Amino acid sequence: MTLNIEDLQQIARIEKSKKDGFQHRINVCLAAGCLSCGSGLIKEALEKEVTRRGLDSWCKITGVGCLGLCAEGPLLSLPTSGSYYQGVQVSDVPEILDSLNGSPVARLVCPAETPFFQRQVRIVTENCGRIDPERIEEYIAEDGYAGLYQALTQMTPQEIIDQVSGSGLRGRGGAGYPTGLKWMSMAKAMGSTKFIICNGDEGDPGAFMDRSVLESDPHRVIEGMVIAGYATGANQGFIYVRAEYPLAVKRLRLALSQAERMGMIGNNIFNTSFHFNLQVRLGAGAFVCGEETALIASIEGRMGRPRPRPPFPVEFGLWDHPTMINNVETLANIAPIIRRGSQWFAGIGTEKSKGTKVFALAGKVVNTGLIEIPMGTSLRDIVFAIGGGIPQGGRFKAVQTGGPSGGCIPEQFLDMPVDYDSLAQVGSIMGSGGMIVMDASSCMVDVARFFMEFCMSESCGKCVPCRVGTRQIYDILGKITASRATMAEFTMLEDLCDLIKNTSLCGLGQSAPNPVLTTLKYFRDEYLAHIHDRQCLAGACKKAEEVL
Amino acid sequence: MKQHPPKKVRSDLNPSRLLTFKIDDRDVTAHEDETILSVARQNNIIIPTLCHLDGLSERGACRLCIVEVRGSTKLLPACVTFPRQDMEIITNSKRVINYRKKILELLFTERNHVCSVCVANGHCELQNLAVELGVDHVRYPYLYPRHDVDASHSRFCIDHNRCVLCLRCVRVCDEIEGAHTWDIMGRGMTSKVITDLNQPWGTSETCTGCGKCVQVCPTGALTEKGKSVAEMSKRRQFLPYLQMMRGRQGGSWQK
Repeated sequence: MTLNIEDLQQIARIEKSKKDGFQHRINVCLAAGCLSCGSGLIKEALEKEVTRRGLDSWCKITGVGCLGLCAEGPLLSLPTSGSYYQGVQVSDVPEILDSLNGSPVARLVCPAETPFFQRQVRIVTENCGRIDPERIEEYIAEDGYAGLYQALTQMTPQEIIDQVSGSGLRGRGGAGYPTGLKWMSMAKAMGSTKFIICNGDEGDPGAFMDRSVLESDPHRVIEGMVIAGYATGANQGFIYVRAEYPLAVKRLRLALSQAERMGMIGNNIFNTSFHFNLQVRLGAGAFVCGEETALIASIEGRMGRPRPRPPFPVEFGLWDHPTMINNVETLANIAPIIRRGSQWFAGIGTEKSKGTKVFALAGKVVNTGLIEIPMGTSLRDIVFAIGGGIPQGGRFKAVQTGGPSGGCIPEQFLDMPVDYDSLAQVGSIMGSGGMIVMDASSCMVDVARFFMEFCMSESCGKCVPCRVGTRQIYDILGKITASRATMAEFTMLEDLCDLIKNTSLCGLGQSAPNPVLTTLKYFRDEYLAHIHDRQCLAGACKKAEEVL
Repeated sequence: MKQHPPKKVRSDLNPSRLLTFKIDDRDVTAHEDETILSVARQNNIIIPTLCHLDGLSERGACRLCIVEVRGSTKLLPACVTFPRQDMEIITNSKRVINYRKKILELLFTERNHVCSVCVANGHCELQNLAVELGVDHVRYPYLYPRHDVDASHSRFCIDHNRCVLCLRCVRVCDEIEGAHTWDIMGRGMTSKVITDLNQPWGTSETCTGCGKCVQVCPTGALTEKGKSVAEMSKRRQFLPYLQMMRGRQGGSWQK
């Protein structure tokens, strides 16, 4: 089946009129966070209750993707009245239905006028929490696949690349490589067989942006990939998702079969000569497979180990063919850019970092959850305005960005705008978007030790500095937290960090010392207190004698 | 059986094009598809290596062959880096030598390398490297892991305590012998070379018993049975011939 624009509009029209036919709609968050606190049961109970009362044609219950405020789940949203409910229980169901025509249930209302909702700018997550991710029609009703239609029928590949370059979009996986430049290299790469890979191997502790996008709006990623394929001359794509995201995989597979049925992927898409195939590949849970050469090895069925670059995947990638790897969030930005133009996108953000960034806010912060903010928002705004500050009046100490490859940013940089370059300047990275807030009760040495433990157990073992060096660093950090370290070991720690950073093979190893290096830079007194005074300034670490 | 597509030659390197560059302030000339390491060796400039072995594919994993490029702070592994016109390579700066020493020391701490009781004592590349680089002590604490010895094969023996995970055995078995008996399992510090899905070597049905793995092993990890301390010297003369016979020339890009 191949569609044309009239068919698309027809589907959208039918879907919209269906939606408008209901006087009330209740959206139940069915993303992994809320699902784990029972939102599935709530949806069932709501549906049962509505049927029992005979209100089926009056009130519509929809399961949607992430509503953002994951800490307060299960969440409900009522798009007709614009209110949100938090912490809903099955027993609240009759009360919620009773109140539909009157004022909302006061004890469940989640204040929507807070900065958490007001300060966000939603591009990647614009459909999250608004549409049913398991139905392609709802995505089409929100202008879905219109960007693809426009790209395939009205634009040349070069025009698309120009749009992406002009938008200033940079890779959202962490390093911030200009996406347009990557696409241009890919378009120029020689060979008739080319591959596009979507990197959904999100492994940072505390990060769940890609998972939420895939769970809440999988079609957006698919659309981005098909556009990327058309622009760069690739006809085969792979979405690499970690197997630990079963819900994302399930929805992605469903979305793929729907898109295939509608003719958005396959042969002669929208009656053009362009064809594109897309498959899901599962990762077996290795952090290093987020590194592009290791990811390629994993898709090929080999062990997930990086290889030295150059040659870069864009010349020599999957099965030796030119391969372009983009992050989930990068690809989710493509359709809006095509639909609304590069100028619109370039108008958001800072001079060198355009658009928005999705962050997974976690740790010692009131509003834990998923946020999307324009580039250049200050850390203070993120933590205190949007995040709602530190719970129980605690004192802010640091925020960790970029996962195990990132660093800890102390209080003095709170007013720094969050963009690729500013973060790099203070020794951290944007990373994929994990943001962990720490208060005065966290010991920074212990934090560094946690991340080093992660890097040590995730090191693939190929190159010597990363394989043995991370272990040695971890041992020294363990000694420091136990107040058993000497100054000689402290010097050795700095020395080892320098060694791993400069001699490791891949990005994982080269960035593994970052959490140690930034804490050494900004919280050196804590390290020294453990060594000289044998005490933990934060009171978090136990002394060796106490442990024994 | 599923056929893998043939290995493609790197299209960005033209083997017939020549270029000149500098290694340690000496002018040298090279084909575009020759690595810095091979050009250095041709000119008798010594760059220490461990995972590299002529005739096998490159891995770029031991990081001992790192060199400096003038004007850049980035260190490059000489075994997998191709020179560019007018590049200035420094192979023996203090910085690079210090890093090499530290990497070697890390290797010594990783497993139980006790030379005095090792069958390869005196014929060991790890030992030789330590002597060459002047590693007279190890500054990091030894980790003393527990590792097995597999002596189930009738003629050979593997002692994982001496293994440096260079994977020469894996590569020679796959690329030259074509048996692919050896492989690696686990990750990080728990990596381990295995035969046939981690079965005892002696029960391996794929092993042809050719012993190439034993001969290419740089340390005393893979040895012939019946050898006592310091008796296990290795013979590697066969590699270049086998490579020539199988038509595997330089320029093919390997994993």
